[in-house]
Amino acid sequence: MTDVPFIQVEDVYFSRGDSDIFRGVNMTIPRGKVTAIMGPSGTGKTTLLKLIGGQLTPDRGRILIDGQDVHRLSRKALFTLRKRMGMLFQSGALFSDLDVFENVAFPLRVHTDLPDTMIRDLVLLKLQAVGLRGARHLTPAELSGGMARRVALARAVALDPELILYDEPFVGQDPISMGVLVQLIKRLNQALSLTSVVVSHDIKETLSIADYLYLIADGQVVAHGTPSSLEVNQDPRVSQFMHGEPDGPVPFHYPAETLYRDILGHDLAIKAG
Amino acid sequence: MQSKFSHYTARVTRLGRKGCDVVEALGRATVFLAQSAVGVPSREGWSLWLRQMHFVGVLSLAIVLVSGLFIGMVLALQGYTILVDFGAEQALGQMVALSLLRELAPVVAALLFAGRAGSALTAEIGLMKATEQLTSMEMIGVDPLRRVVAPRLWAGFVALPILTVGFSVVGIWGGYLVGVEWLGVFEGSYWSNMQASVSFIDDIGNGMIKSVVFALVVTWIAVFQGYDLVPTSEGISRATTRTVVYSSLAVLGLDFVLTAVMFGGL
Repeated sequence: MTDVPFIQVEDVYFSRGDSDIFRGVNMTIPRGKVTAIMGPSGTGKTTLLKLIGGQLTPDRGRILIDGQDVHRLSRKALFTLRKRMGMLFQSGALFSDLDVFENVAFPLRVHTDLPDTMIRDLVLLKLQAVGLRGARHLTPAELSGGMARRVALARAVALDPELILYDEPFVGQDPISMGVLVQLIKRLNQALSLTSVVVSHDIKETLSIADYLYLIADGQVVAHGTPSSLEVNQDPRVSQFMHGEPDGPVPFHYPAETLYRDILGHDLAIKAG
Repeated sequence: MQSKFSHYTARVTRLGRKGCDVVEALGRATVFLAQSAVGVPSREGWSLWLRQMHFVGVLSLAIVLVSGLFIGMVLALQGYTILVDFGAEQALGQMVALSLLRELAPVVAALLFAGRAGSALTAEIGLMKATEQLTSMEMIGVDPLRRVVAPRLWAGFVALPILTVGFSVVGIWGGYLVGVEWLGVFEGSYWSNMQASVSFIDDIGNGMIKSVVFALVVTWIAVFQGYDLVPTSEGISRATTRTVVYSSLAVLGLDFVLTAVMFGGL
């Protein structure tokens, strides 16, 4: 049973308005591992997480989590499935009307009948794991970005989920809190034998924790493999991204007419006019 | 000729698309209302509701009562100057009470409520959406419609009729202050004319029905605009404006329809 992948993304198509975001994405995400989904900005990495979490519905194809088709579940069954998932949002998305303690206690209060004393102990343990036990009385507005993300992480693991989805966990972090987050994600995954999906474009940090990588661009998976195999991949699209080269298959310039025409054409038009 | 024709067809197409958008939004809003307002509240639901009653109701009390007082005072003053020409200033109490109970209290309280509480509801829910709080709640497995939207909806439904009662009471007292205490209308006739002419069912009852209808509409618009907005700062400001504009128009339009049905002899 453990050999069955935890998440299967099968031939998913998704478009928003007139633009196609995914054109036939296939992925299998194994249990108990850290799988990273990488790609340039604007390729729909966050959209993919939202599809997995059931907030968006694909135009075609299906996504199975532990054998259940996410988008064929009733609203109630979907919410039940979500109790087994945690998600770390880019902004942290802490509830602004609750303090740090109550934010972490929130999933426990709504989904369990545990007595207050036990909830207190559990919350303090989770906060201890992210190093913020002392900050329990602060409100989200009083936290720095890095602290907010750590509180959000504590909240995401409050119910001991089987799967955690990380949406750009390293964006906008200073080197110290970046290091803390990398360590936390790695440690949590090992300690709780979670399945983790990390969406990111921070190559160094992601490579250091990922067991397996998917690289998406232009609505498709362009490469996948272990970090070491992708680093030596010769595909220009892969190597441009992995080595951070400014120009390549992904152009530096947004599509435009030539600079010559854009600048001189304007002058000529004025002269003629 | 050809281009003129295609110009017109393009206009018709745009108009049609707009019509479809409106119908679609109405449908979304109805489903939204059904999903959030229907259902038995849990024990925690009650405390969430009470909390919202405080924000929506108690905090609107000051503006509603002060406005009620001034409107009652102005009514008495204006009414007196006209009635006294006919020697009918004894009917001041009746005039103040009927204007307030039938029209001014439900309408003005609803307009004030839309500006004070409705816009705040839209902005609050919109900001929760923009900061992904609603999404993260969904991912925790809690339905934001039940947890965030329902208590606010029900608080609005209940708070506005109560505020309207307060508005009428304070308005009638304001009319008394100006009419009796200041302008010297006989106190006995102020109250007894009022008692004789105000019917509990026709005047107070119909006024309350209006107020309940306005409460439903204003809160529904406010909460839906917040939930459905584009989650950017521009989107929030637009939705807040829309809440006030749509609610005000809806209140005034519905007021005419309800008045026609209730008092127009239709």
